[in-house]
Amino acid sequence: MWIYEKKLQYPVRVDTTNPTLAAMIIEQFGGPDGELSAGIRYLTQRWTMPTNQGKALLTDIGTEELAHWEIIGTLVWRLVKDAPIDKIKGTPFEAHYVNHGKSPFPHNAAGEAWTAGYIQSKADPIADLHEDMAAEEKARATYEYLIRVSDDPGVTDTLRFLRQREVVHFQRFGEALRILQEYMDNKKYY
Amino acid sequence: MDKEQMRLLKELMEVEFVVLETALYLNTHPNDERALRLHNTYSQKLSELESLYQARYGPLKNTGMSGCPWAYIDGPWPWEINFNMS
Ligand SMILES: [Fe+2]
Repeated sequence: MWIYEKKLQYPVRVDTTNPTLAAMIIEQFGGPDGELSAGIRYLTQRWTMPTNQGKALLTDIGTEELAHWEIIGTLVWRLVKDAPIDKIKGTPFEAHYVNHGKSPFPHNAAGEAWTAGYIQSKADPIADLHEDMAAEEKARATYEYLIRVSDDPGVTDTLRFLRQREVVHFQRFGEALRILQEYMDNKKYY
Repeated sequence: MDKEQMRLLKELMEVEFVVLETALYLNTHPNDERALRLHNTYSQKLSELESLYQARYGPLKNTGMSGCPWAYIDGPWPWEINFNMS
């Protein structure tokens, strides 16, 4: 089960009102390599993960990704909440605004709605862990692109934190893969 | 949110982050005694800080205790806080 903790994982600071940047950051709210995809992917793969190490990691990293999803939604919200309509008109956020107002919504930066087609769960732990490692690297790459386009120092600081988490998650999934391979080798012999 | 609450909340977030990081590491290194000591030390520190924070500012989880009225609903909610003090 889950219990909500009334705090963000990272002390988010946003220095500007910037609907254009908000529209780009939304990539990680509802894009293929975003935090929602990550959370749902890992939490869904748990039922068919045979090792305890893998079960624990999918649970804890999946949960952390949902905390990141909350951070991304907070960045988007803070970047637009004080924007008057003339600061929204003509920006890439305008198309989002006419449907969702200032609410974050899980679609990618190009406006495509989030879909479970972004994730996989194969009941094949080797395939799943490889997918997870690739997902972490793709998320890292996306954060690097976002850091390049960010012109808000507070937002950049949070993006750097999130990028770093993807590096750590990749490392942990790699260890889980090695443990899984040993587990499967042992099963063959006994 | 006043400066003191923000300071304490930030400290709580820092300690919780240490615990989360050691927990992830321990998930794939369950026999690492040094990491376990670090985890246990900070886990203890986290419960002390949580008790202190919640006694002053109300529950962080809806399983916590509260005076009357129910303080869990009190703002600011996490997405409304701007950590602009560095
Ligand atoms: Fe991640």
